[in-house]
Amino acid sequence: MQNDSLVLGGVVLKSRLFIGTGKYGSDSLVPAVVEASGAEVITVAMRRVEKSASDAQGIMGHIPQHMRLLPNTSGARNAQEAVRLARLARAAGCGDWVKIEVISDVRHLLPDGYETARATETLVKEGFTVLPYINPDLYVARACVEAGACAVMPLGAPIGTNRGLRTKEMIAILIEELDVPIVVDAGLGRPSHACEAMEMGAAACLVNTAIASADDPVGMARAFAEAIRAGRGAWLAGPGAMKARAQGAEASSPLTGFLR
Amino acid sequence: MEVTINGATEHVAENATVADVLATYGHKATAVVVEHNGNIVPRETFASVRLTVGDRLEIVHFVGGG
Repeated sequence: MQNDSLVLGGVVLKSRLFIGTGKYGSDSLVPAVVEASGAEVITVAMRRVEKSASDAQGIMGHIPQHMRLLPNTSGARNAQEAVRLARLARAAGCGDWVKIEVISDVRHLLPDGYETARATETLVKEGFTVLPYINPDLYVARACVEAGACAVMPLGAPIGTNRGLRTKEMIAILIEELDVPIVVDAGLGRPSHACEAMEMGAAACLVNTAIASADDPVGMARAFAEAIRAGRGAWLAGPGAMKARAQGAEASSPLTGFLR
Repeated sequence: MEVTINGATEHVAENATVADVLATYGHKATAVVVEHNGNIVPRETFASVRLTVGDRLEIVHFVGGG
């Protein structure tokens, strides 16, 4: 476990929990959440400024300097808009990582895989380190990897739903088939969900709503960090085979030498 | 003169620079990224890039997001 680092875009990460910065009751909670989570990667979004904003420092004033920033392209409805947002984010001077998020469905907020793959291709050519947010679809994921994505980020459940690993079977296929790290993003609502993803061999999890919407976000950030470590440890330890229900039970204790 | 800033029509002084506009918006130059008629404006040129009638500016910054 000690040397179990995750390398993304040439950067060595010790923590496999990525966190978001949306939906906090107060942005001033972010530094304590960062510390409790142990996260090294943190997402932000890009939006128009408000005229005469009261908190001109904004979210950036609450993100510790050592964090690796992962700007998302939320708000983009097609590849072209995602590329534009990514370029603006890079111009802010916080590195060249980008989470591609292309969504045109406003009810379910599901990502558009075709546009996402197109944006990935363009941005990789421009030197970005690209992490596309996708449905756990093998063909979309492969298209992103072929375009040069350094990882793929399949959703566990629709954004902000806290419903857990609903796409488990499909994510397992991505883990089995792809050579890039699989970062489970969206929908993870409880530490047990993240733990399960890690036990399956996910490389990392990105958690925002589950932490931000908890009564105690700092406590929840710590709980997610522990769950992710536990799940990763289980994956590395190699979980034993699961028996089908029809196979019945198998005793752990000897079936001989009973006292009769 | 009239220009479009973040989608809204705004009045700015003749020959106003990007830096002048940012000052009226109350944002530090280091905290924002500016797009001028679709092109990203390098931060070091905020004080020298002048606007003309009908120009489009986008002034964006990072906010909380997942």
